[in-house]
Amino acid sequence: MAAPRTLFDKIWQSHLVERQRDGTAILYIDRHLVHEVTSPQAFEGLRLAGRKVRRPDATIAVADHNIPTTDRAGGIKDAESRLQVETLEANCKEFGVPYIPVADVRQGIVHIIGPEQGMSQPGMTIVCGDSHTSTHGAFGALAFGIGTSEVEHVLATQTLVTRPSKNMRVNVSGRLPLGCTSKDLVLAIIGKIGTAGGTGHVIEYAGEAVRALSMEARMTMCNMTIEGGARAGLIAPDETTFAYLEGRPMAPKAGQWEQALAYWKTLPSDTGAVYDKEVTLDAAAIAPHVSWGTSPQQVLPITGVIPDPKEAPDEGTREAWTRALAYMGLEPGTPLSEIKVDTVFIGSCTNGRIEDLRAAAALVKGRRVAQGVRALVVPGSGLVKEQAESEGLDSVFQAAGFEWREPGCSMCLAMNADRLEPGQRCASTSNRNFEGRQGRGGRTHLVSPVMAAAAAVKGKLTDVRELIS
Amino acid sequence: MQKFTTLKGRAAPLPMVNVDTDMIIPKNFLKTIKRSGLGKALFFEKRYDDQGRERPDFVLNRAPYREAKILVTGENFGCGSSREHAPWALADFGIRSVIAPSFADIFYNNCFKNGMLPIKLPPQEVELLMEDAKRGAELTVDLPKECIRRADGSEIAFEIDPFLKTCLLEGLDEIGLSLQKAPFIANFEAKQRASQPWLWR
Repeated sequence: MAAPRTLFDKIWQSHLVERQRDGTAILYIDRHLVHEVTSPQAFEGLRLAGRKVRRPDATIAVADHNIPTTDRAGGIKDAESRLQVETLEANCKEFGVPYIPVADVRQGIVHIIGPEQGMSQPGMTIVCGDSHTSTHGAFGALAFGIGTSEVEHVLATQTLVTRPSKNMRVNVSGRLPLGCTSKDLVLAIIGKIGTAGGTGHVIEYAGEAVRALSMEARMTMCNMTIEGGARAGLIAPDETTFAYLEGRPMAPKAGQWEQALAYWKTLPSDTGAVYDKEVTLDAAAIAPHVSWGTSPQQVLPITGVIPDPKEAPDEGTREAWTRALAYMGLEPGTPLSEIKVDTVFIGSCTNGRIEDLRAAAALVKGRRVAQGVRALVVPGSGLVKEQAESEGLDSVFQAAGFEWREPGCSMCLAMNADRLEPGQRCASTSNRNFEGRQGRGGRTHLVSPVMAAAAAVKGKLTDVRELIS
Repeated sequence: MQKFTTLKGRAAPLPMVNVDTDMIIPKNFLKTIKRSGLGKALFFEKRYDDQGRERPDFVLNRAPYREAKILVTGENFGCGSSREHAPWALADFGIRSVIAPSFADIFYNNCFKNGMLPIKLPPQEVELLMEDAKRGAELTVDLPKECIRRADGSEIAFEIDPFLKTCLLEGLDEIGLSLQKAPFIANFEAKQRASQPWLWR
């Protein structure tokens, strides 16, 4: 009998075009997502070398990083942003790549629209010039971010030259308690393994708690896998996955659906498959999490206090904590729940899906955004926005004092006009709390959508469990 | 691609862990449609204050590190965003080799696509080179011999994937190499089309 294989092993082996003698492999890529920021130099490279896009039909492009989230009728005011979006449009036209225009209702963050359109499917290899491509791993697809040179390589050849990753499994037993989400879970995992804990590995999430998660919640976990150093996260496809996919525009159609389904059911890791690294957590012991520093591993339960660098386990950590506290303007010993915020951002490829907006709206309903707090909701796509509006969520948010925006990456990375001013402090549902990430001098606390909503109504980081019965 | 064989020059010490690509080059410089001219943006928020003046305490603003060709730094260098603008900015500044105990995967890969050599070494050896860098000593990175030569002539060996080494030494066009495999790719596609037709629309 063949040796038991992991989900990763199965996807890897089924996409090998050629194993080369030096240990590298030519890996076939099924789907390629393209956006305006990391693609212009790749298309330029093709043009200079007189090369074509091998499979425009397996490629899809959308502008998301740069675009305004306010009224777009007047176009993009920022000249550089406008040129970048226009360049993407022109490149797609020249190379025959399907492009979702900014005015199209399907426009949105690249990692929201892939799943939404049914493009991201179990067993696929999916790449994009964006590190959060790991999101699509929620479908049991091998999905990872690549640089611009590799974007060009995939455009030209539909392959990548690479080496296999190691297998890592994170087992999560139990069930998440009330008020806790997959965002809290993944923050807790990153806190445990560190931002380099997954380097060189693909992380498969398994266990009762993961099986119980919706697709949206699984996407949040896989999305932030890159923050744990692994290029890709994986969750075995199951009935939840299949139910989410069925009927979506790019999902397999009747006739092929059954065939695809039969194949997808063969993908989960075999019993006895061996992992290079294993980590175990109990979901029942998770509390709502908040990041306090400038690295996603600097997280604590909301009930915690700002740590003291004097108590750091080693010199490097002490320096990192000291630097983080100086940047964040925080003192050791301060309870997290006493930290005031002036900005709240709900959105991003991490938490900009309909379920995220529903959860936040349910908490906000009948409450008001605290005085002095600017709160934004940026839906992940035009379709998320449309769905939310059909459920009246926009009215709930606006009645509470939130701004209701057009879809895009927005304040997650602040490439457009949505950004923090120096010293501003934000409870954010995004994925990175690096220095300057949300604007030069801006201070980010990563939280779940309900924790962000709680922070908005209280004007400070708040244990959401105090607001739910 | 530019070849990389040996590199002799000043090494700048940056004793920080988890240096992320947002720090290496902030997002406001990602709006370019070119890959050149990004050296001025390297470590922008560390190098310049709010008024755009140089911060004299930042290493790359001090002699002799303005001419640095090598960077010695802490673990998990290049974590975060996949932006290739990070290695582009380093190379445009003049830094073509980074020495650290560990690197984030995407950044590490991106370097090799741009004729740059990231070198992983055990922490104790990085520490030695960090001290050399702080003293302003020159280092020589010798890729053919897979070692770093210090000012006193002693050598520190490093390991590198043979494929990546060849690509750097010969400045190979990786896309060109893969395009030579077109018949294999077409063969794979034909098989996949037959066995997994739903992947083909």
